Amino acid sequence: MTKQLMRGSHAIAEAATRAGCRFYAGYPITPQNELPEYMSVRFAQLEDATFVQAESELAAINMVMGASMAGVRAMTSSSSPGISLKQEGISYMAGMELPAVIVNIMRGGPGLGNIAPSQQDYLQATKGGGHGGYRTIVLAPCSGQELVTLTIKAFDLADAYRSPVILLGDGLMGQMMEPVIFPDPIDPAALPKKDWTLDGARGRDSRLIASLHLDPTEMEQFNWKLARKYAAICERETEHESYLLDDAVVAVVAFGTAARIAKGAVNRVRKAGLKAGLFRPITLWPFPGKELRDLTRTIKSLLVFEMNFGQMVEDVKLSVGEQARVHFHGRPGGIIPTPHDIGAAITKLIHRYGL
Amino acid sequence: MAKQVFTRPKALKDNIFHYCPGCGHSIIHRLLAEVIDELGIRDKTVGVPPAGCAVLAYNYIDVDMGEAPHGRAIAVATGIKRTRPDLIVFTYQGDGDIAAIGTAETIHAANRGERLSAIFVNNGVYGMTGGQMAPTTLLGQTTTTSPGGRLPLRDGFPLDLSQMLAVADGSVYIERTAVTSPKNIIKTKRAIKKAFQVQMDDLGFALVEILSQCPINWKLSPVDACKWVEEEVVKSYPLGVIKDTTQAQNRMDRMKRGKRAKT
Ligand SMILES: Cc1ncc(C[n+]2csc(CCOP(=O)(O)OP(=O)(O)O)c2C)c(N)n1
Ligand code: SF4
Ligand SMILES: [Mg+2]
Repeated sequence: MTKQLMRGSHAIAEAATRAGCRFYAGYPITPQNELPEYMSVRFAQLEDATFVQAESELAAINMVMGASMAGVRAMTSSSSPGISLKQEGISYMAGMELPAVIVNIMRGGPGLGNIAPSQQDYLQATKGGGHGGYRTIVLAPCSGQELVTLTIKAFDLADAYRSPVILLGDGLMGQMMEPVIFPDPIDPAALPKKDWTLDGARGRDSRLIASLHLDPTEMEQFNWKLARKYAAICERETEHESYLLDDAVVAVVAFGTAARIAKGAVNRVRKAGLKAGLFRPITLWPFPGKELRDLTRTIKSLLVFEMNFGQMVEDVKLSVGEQARVHFHGRPGGIIPTPHDIGAAITKLIHRYGL
Repeated sequence: MAKQVFTRPKALKDNIFHYCPGCGHSIIHRLLAEVIDELGIRDKTVGVPPAGCAVLAYNYIDVDMGEAPHGRAIAVATGIKRTRPDLIVFTYQGDGDIAAIGTAETIHAANRGERLSAIFVNNGVYGMTGGQMAPTTLLGQTTTTSPGGRLPLRDGFPLDLSQMLAVADGSVYIERTAVTSPKNIIKTKRAIKKAFQVQMDDLGFALVEILSQCPINWKLSPVDACKWVEEEVVKSYPLGVIKDTTQAQNRMDRMKRGKRAKT
């Protein structure tokens, strides 16, 4: 297991391959083009892998849907505008309980926006995104190594819960070169057998994978089944990182790139003697709300920091209720904030409340 | 002892069709099931029906089925087929599905020479949603959204998707048939069988466009609906082979996939 220096998008692509992903379809969009480019080269080396450059993100997500029906680990990637186009397919996959991994390397928006890093798709990713009231697991890496581990985890969770999983990064995560260590590749044939795939009705009854339930009672029952699955995910799968929180009077709450910057800011203000820490949700859905609420037993001031004008802050407020003051600092539109920027916000907060 | 001359194909489930009386979908379903039986591929065939009157095709055709979003059947089928090239994958799409919302997917799948057999059921309307105008609706044809008849400058012209697909190098077999008479039905069955055979021979993209009666939305009796296909619809959509390059060896060499997935 040697360390190698690698660009974020390449790390995701290599990790996916090692996780046993054998189908990739995508459509070019900046800032994630390096991911499909790597995939096209990497999959060409494998006998059993398929790379398709699709004619649109719509086609790509539907190809992934088909590949998933056929039982293979499948992935697509895009950036914000392309992810919007994939929402119909993601909804269908939630409705058909099909596993897949969808990578969103977010950029500034709305609309065509720009190609700079942003976190403006938090709500879209965590609240369903498409129609029909489903949820997707959302993982938010903040380092090269975490891109690797969370990509692999994304495939495992997708299969375990038969659900689409979103890996939510941004342009900075995708471009940044960092040292990473990869685990040994998984042999896809060694993965647990799926007993629901479409592979020809040989020696068994024919199977159906569909999201149509014309009978409202049946539709309701299916929705309750989804609800139970989502409850189980919330129960078991939340993940977060706590950084210097034990003696902190202020906790910055941030994910992904913003958390990375916030960590630098926390280190900065600590040097000046200010007791700040960082709470970093790694799963954005399920949101680690209980863990955050527990934190408010000792910390009464939270500073939510996002590269948007306030999205995760809603989940933070919902989680802590009246137990803590929730402040917000945001930079929307693709501006990359500096540790100085967020450090100043922490300092101001501490002085304002005499913490 | 009486000789059995007619029986239910094995690939056809013993369910009563929900289709309207005189609807072409029922005939086409049966033909598909017969072809699947005759080719002996029931246990390695996967069907992909998208939204449309035939979205419930899985209630009748007894093979593995994966439902697709409206218009995306060919993309879903591409994902299945590329993953499992040993399976025989067909789509079953209406004209609204394949020639309006799913045009892009269809053209590009044909152009990539996806090893798929597409069954394109052209009834000139959006049947499932209540008979609205489709891209295939004839000029002058009244639908619930082309009052007084389809007008070119308001509604555009009838779109001949099969001709468009024939231009793509990856398509190798495209035929247009009808299910209005025993003769036409036999031709349709032969065409469906060939479209499957093309896939089994790994040649490229195959499509059968079937002019199909929708008596309920055309507001015609089943018999008059057949007459209308034979007298009016075929003027815009002439029957016959539109493209067949299954014998063109040079082209086929170009069509080889660089790498075939292991099965
Ligand atoms: C995204 C989306 N838009 C619209 C619909 C509604 N819809 C269902 S079937 C259909 C068209 C059916 O027409 P066609 O494909 O010609 O099939 P037919 O019913 O005529 O056999 C439409 C518009 C849908 N299901 N999904
Ligand atoms: S509406 Fe038309 S296409 Fe649909 S089942 Fe009835 S006759 Fe057939
Ligand atoms: Mg139609």
